[in-house]
This record gives sequence, structure tokens and C-alpha cells, in this order.
Amino acid sequence: MGEDRGNRRRFLAQSAALVGGAASGSLAPPGAAQELAAQPWERVYGAPFTGYGQPSRFEASVQRHLVRPYGDLAPGSGAAFAPLESLEGIITPSSLHNIRNHSGTPEIDPKAHRLLVHGLVAKPLMFSVEALLAYPMTTRTHFVECSGNSSRALAPQPAQVPVGAIHGNMSCSEWTGIPLRVLLDEAGLAPSARWLLAEGADSAHMSRSIPLEKALDDALVALYQNGERLRPEQGYPVRLLLPGWEGNMSVKWLRRIKATAEPTHTKDETSKYTDPLPDGRSLQFTFEMGVKSVITRPSSAMALPRPGLYEISGLAWSGAGRIRQVEVSTDGGATWTVASLQGEERPKSFVRFRLPWEWTGKSALLQSRATDEKGRVQPSRKDWAARYAPDMRYHNNTIVSWALATDGKVTHVYA
Amino acid sequence: MSTRSLAASLSVLMLIGCAATTQTGTSKSPGLGTPVSAAEVARWDISIPPSGAGLPPGSGTARQGLQVYEQKCLACHGAKGAGKPADVLAGGTGSLAGKTPLRTVGSYWPYATTLFDYVRRAMPITNPLSLSNDELYAVTAYVLNINGVIGEDVAMNAQSLPQVKMPNRDGFVSDWPPRER
Repeated sequence: MGEDRGNRRRFLAQSAALVGGAASGSLAPPGAAQELAAQPWERVYGAPFTGYGQPSRFEASVQRHLVRPYGDLAPGSGAAFAPLESLEGIITPSSLHNIRNHSGTPEIDPKAHRLLVHGLVAKPLMFSVEALLAYPMTTRTHFVECSGNSSRALAPQPAQVPVGAIHGNMSCSEWTGIPLRVLLDEAGLAPSARWLLAEGADSAHMSRSIPLEKALDDALVALYQNGERLRPEQGYPVRLLLPGWEGNMSVKWLRRIKATAEPTHTKDETSKYTDPLPDGRSLQFTFEMGVKSVITRPSSAMALPRPGLYEISGLAWSGAGRIRQVEVSTDGGATWTVASLQGEERPKSFVRFRLPWEWTGKSALLQSRATDEKGRVQPSRKDWAARYAPDMRYHNNTIVSWALATDGKVTHVYA
Repeated sequence: MSTRSLAASLSVLMLIGCAATTQTGTSKSPGLGTPVSAAEVARWDISIPPSGAGLPPGSGTARQGLQVYEQKCLACHGAKGAGKPADVLAGGTGSLAGKTPLRTVGSYWPYATTLFDYVRRAMPITNPLSLSNDELYAVTAYVLNINGVIGEDVAMNAQSLPQVKMPNRDGFVSDWPPRER
């Protein structure tokens, strides 16, 4: 039926054109509705309502970059990187939020799911999701960055892939949930409690030890992301959110919190997520994500079609708090210009930086360098690498470099 | 029904209680958590710290663990923990300060309890929480044995496992509370 209607419309349009050409518009005079500039979709009744919206089909190429180190053997183990090259603003759409899963995404029935709070508490308590949803909520915007984000930029040769495939193991959302301290107070922490063990209900039962200071500071038991209930890939029906700290610690599908006197030394805080030093030892419990920025436009695998005025745009963030300044260089760090910021009032959130730039057609080396409110400055690759063993792959917050050639092509370089 | 009304009255009490006693000042709670018995907590609590607290009964040796390993682990972790496609489990001791560090259970993991804990909670990856306690202790013993940490006939159990000293036990420096960088 739709096809019939389309055929008829095309026939009418062709007839009008033929008639118009032959008789100089005598049948359709200037100003006639049939002659007005209008696209085909302006001449047909639009699609009906849908219950849950979808992006335009013309944006279907905007997809997460999937990293599956074990292939089909464990297809849900690995990561999905946010396509930063296609995104703007501060908030990552929930459907494009990065994912780091250890044993796939569990399908959790919220009616059956429970959260246990126990250990060094006066009374262990079990919370249903229904109960959690009845608590007073707090809403905040925070980034979540995998501690291993940007490890691909530590490969021997710079990968020529879009920025999201290198630096997109991070995202930023508006999170709504219960301050963790509310549930801990309800259970009654014992004075000897110094750490928490948080555990997920995925089949990896991913678990991390968390200092009590963080739990009592700004930790959230999150139930909503960007206004709707959490997505399964982000921990539905309930997750921990530790603003500014290694994403791995914001345990998804939260099933258990145990108050302890000492850290539990789980697999993901000993064999992984530890930072090897040149002398063979390793730093353990390096929780905070460092100050960092990356230019997302223009960025690797893009091309500028012609010289002219462009906007250099990117993201900056810090696990320590607010971003104070982002500087941009187009000459490989010889000179720096302060970019304008949007969202900089939000601590532990993405900030969007922007700088108008006239590209004259000469080759250029684009870099950004962030400074946070604690005065910490994003390090160079050289300074950062000197601190660690050669196989360090966590907490890479080094300055990112994009080379722009005279033909407009942008490539990833190490500088 | 009666539990619900009890919970409701408890929640009112809790609201008053928390408002009066909280240390953080903003933590008013509707008090909707329900009490749990110690027996129920024990069914939920699967984490094993270095002290070994919470280790279950059971026992196994590396000799017994070989069969478990070959059936349940080898497909991903390779013969004798050689790895591919999943992590290498053995070797690398002494390599950490060199140019090509190899970080395995033997060369890197500080606690043997972590190995037991992780295998129990997450392995085999396609069928977690499926091994018996004896199988868990045996396969833990096997992985320790192929790293030269324990002998082939040394039984791992709730008493012996926490006593195992891993080669890299003292190789970690805690960064909490954080240093200034």
C-alpha cells in the first residue's frame, strides 16, 4: 500500500514536471504548492508514534567498537568502546555507553534480585530492588572510565582507527541512586569496618575492595542512568557507582556489600588492575582516574575536506574533581591556547572543550592538555612511561596527538 | 502481609533512629532492608580473604587436580597453564623487573586464597559455581604445583591454603591512602 502511494506520488510529480516543462506552468502557476521547494518527506504523512524511540536509520553506522579478546569462546568477555568520534556534548547515549564485561551481561529478573549488606555491621540486611526504588534519590553526572582505557595507545605502533576505538572505554551519564552511606548506616557499621567488598551477580561475580572513606563520601547505589532504569549492560537492576575511580570498581549487577577490616585482595585488585613499576614491584589500590583529555574532532581516521575555519572539540575529565583548564596545541606542543569549556562546574564528569581554529592547509600536530582543580596536569607519554614497567597498561592518561597532513588526512601519532 | 506491616512500622522506627544517630548527617533512611540470618548470609558470602576465613571444608592435591584441570581448564588455559586464548597461568617467576615481564599466578599473584576464590566464583567461564570443594582445592593445588609453589602431593584445604607463601607476596605497594603525585 505504501509502495502504491509512493508510485502514485512519483507519477504525479513526473506528470507535473512534464506538464510544467511543456506549458510553462500554465497548469501549476508560480507559487503553486506542487512547485514549492520541498523534499519528498514533506509531501507525505509521517510515521506513527513508537513506544521506545530509535536513532535515525541514517545514523546506523554509529556503533560501539567491540573488543573480544577470547573470540567466540567467551563472546561477552572484553569491552565495547563508545564511538567518541561520532558523539558531541557531555552525556554518552545509554545505548552507546562503553561496556567492560568479564563474563557477559546477565539477564537479571529484578523481582528475584537482592542486595545483601553484611560483614562488620550491627545487623546484616537484605534489600529487594523494589525496596531500593523507594529510597530518597540523588542525581549526579559522572564519567565511568575503565582503568585499562587507552591501553591501545601503548601498542608499539599508533593504531590508525577512530578515537573511540582507542580512548572510548569510558562514558559519561547522569546517574540516579541512593548514597551508599544510607544503606551502610541502616545496617550499622562496626567501628572496626575499614573496607567494603562489593560483588556483582554476573557469572564472574566480579568483586573489588573499596575503602570505607569512598563509600561514605560520594558512592552511589545507582538505579537509573540518563533518566531511565539502568541498561542490562550497565548493571541492571542496580550497580555501584564510585565517581572518578577505576570503572572496574563501580561493580555492576550489585548483589553484595561486605564490610571488612582489610581489603579482600580479589583477583581484580591483585593479578589485574595493579600498576607494575620498573623495579618489578607493583602499585596496588590506585583507584583514582587521572586528569585527561582527548580531541575527538578532528581525530584519527578523519579528513578535513578543505582549508578554512574548524572547531577543535574534545573531552576532558578528572577523577580528582573538576577540570580547571584545557589547552590545545596545533604545533605539537610548542604553543598552547586555552579552549572554552562546557560543563566544567561538574566534578568527576566529562567536560566538553572547544576552540575555533583556522586551518591554512599546512600540516599540523593537534594535542590537548587538561589541568584539574587539584592542579594536576595531564602528562606527556615520555614522563608517564618512565614511571612504570614496560607492560603497564592501566591509567594511561597521557597527551594524545593527531597529525593533520596537507591533504587533510588525520592520523594517530606518538609525540 | 504481617511481615509487610512489621516492615512498615520498623521503617518508621528506623527513620527516627537514623535521623538521631547518623554520623554523616544526610542519611535519612526509610529502613526497608530486611534482617538476614547468619545461615543465609553464609550462603551468599563467597569471598575469601588472605586469612582464609570462610574457606569451605574439603581437600585436594595437585595430582588429583590434574584431571580437573584437563577436563575443565585446559581448553582455554593450555597444557600446564601455558595459556591461549585465556591467561597464562604458570611461569615467569623472576621476570617482573626485566624487559618482558610474564605475570602469572606463580610469578605475580600475592595470595593463594585469591586463586581459590576466583576459580570458585568465576570458573570454568561457561559453567561457574559448578566444581565441588574437593575439585576446587585440587585444581588450586595443581595450578600452584605447575608454578613450583607446592609439591604434587601436598593437600590444599582450609588450613593449608592460607599458609602458602606466594613468590610475589611482597611485590605489591599499597597506594591507599594515595601518595601525592
